[in-house]
Amino acid sequence: MRHGKKFNHLSRTKSHRAAMLSNMASSLILSKRISTTVAKAKALRKYVEPLLTKSKTDDTHSRRVVFSYLQNKESVSELFNEVAEKIATRPGGYTRILKTGNRAGDNAEMCIIELVDYNELMQKEASEAKPKTRRSRRGGAAKKTEDASATTKATDDKQKVEAKADEVIEDAEVVEDLPAGKAEVKEAPKAETKEESTKEENASDGADTSEEEDKK
Amino acid sequence: MAHPKRKISKSRRDKRRTHYKATSATFMECSNCGSPVLMHRVCADCGYYKGKPAIEKEVAV
Ligand SMILES: [Zn+2]
Repeated sequence: MRHGKKFNHLSRTKSHRAAMLSNMASSLILSKRISTTVAKAKALRKYVEPLLTKSKTDDTHSRRVVFSYLQNKESVSELFNEVAEKIATRPGGYTRILKTGNRAGDNAEMCIIELVDYNELMQKEASEAKPKTRRSRRGGAAKKTEDASATTKATDDKQKVEAKADEVIEDAEVVEDLPAGKAEVKEAPKAETKEESTKEENASDGADTSEEEDKK
Repeated sequence: MAHPKRKISKSRRDKRRTHYKATSATFMECSNCGSPVLMHRVCADCGYYKGKPAIEKEVAV
């Protein structure tokens, strides 16, 4: 019986499957993003993430262990020299799977699997959007009901989008005023907070000096 | 082996099949470009996902 055996065989023999996953892992490491079926991507995720973790300790032994999985000199050196630096601060979860619809021909569910730290588009947006999502969670109940009523009332989609955009802008402004102690995981918000703090200091300095001048 | 005693008439067969119905896929509108998108899928037109650009498209706004 196959009770509880969750491993996906992908309709292949063990050797065929191992060869395919090894090739896919090399491709992912070399090109950072590959397009494949969802089933293969999920199998690849289980295969490649331990290797990425292994790359964080750069010594001969771990290089040899990783090579035994990848069987590709170029991808091993790329992994240990380039990728390992990028993922150094990430505690697992190095890959992202985005579904992209069904393939013409066999209607297979297709997706893109990529290394999270190499998607600059999403990183840029995430650094801006991160505090926003945090806030929406905190004041979730009231906000959601508002949104729901707005969506039901506003049948015109463009109006909806504009309204949402306005809300987003407001949210962002509010969030910037909040004390920025927690959201210092990524570099971008760090920089922003630093700038803000320096600005505030300058402002306070300016105020102090003006007061002092008044005293004089 | 057990066998059906009577042939199922066309009428009974077809009455059974009145409950066979096709359901439409659940889709929503892309938050960026407004084109219909299946749930949990990247927008095929503009490459946005969850309101963020996920994939570079040549037509991306
Ligand atoms: Zn779109």
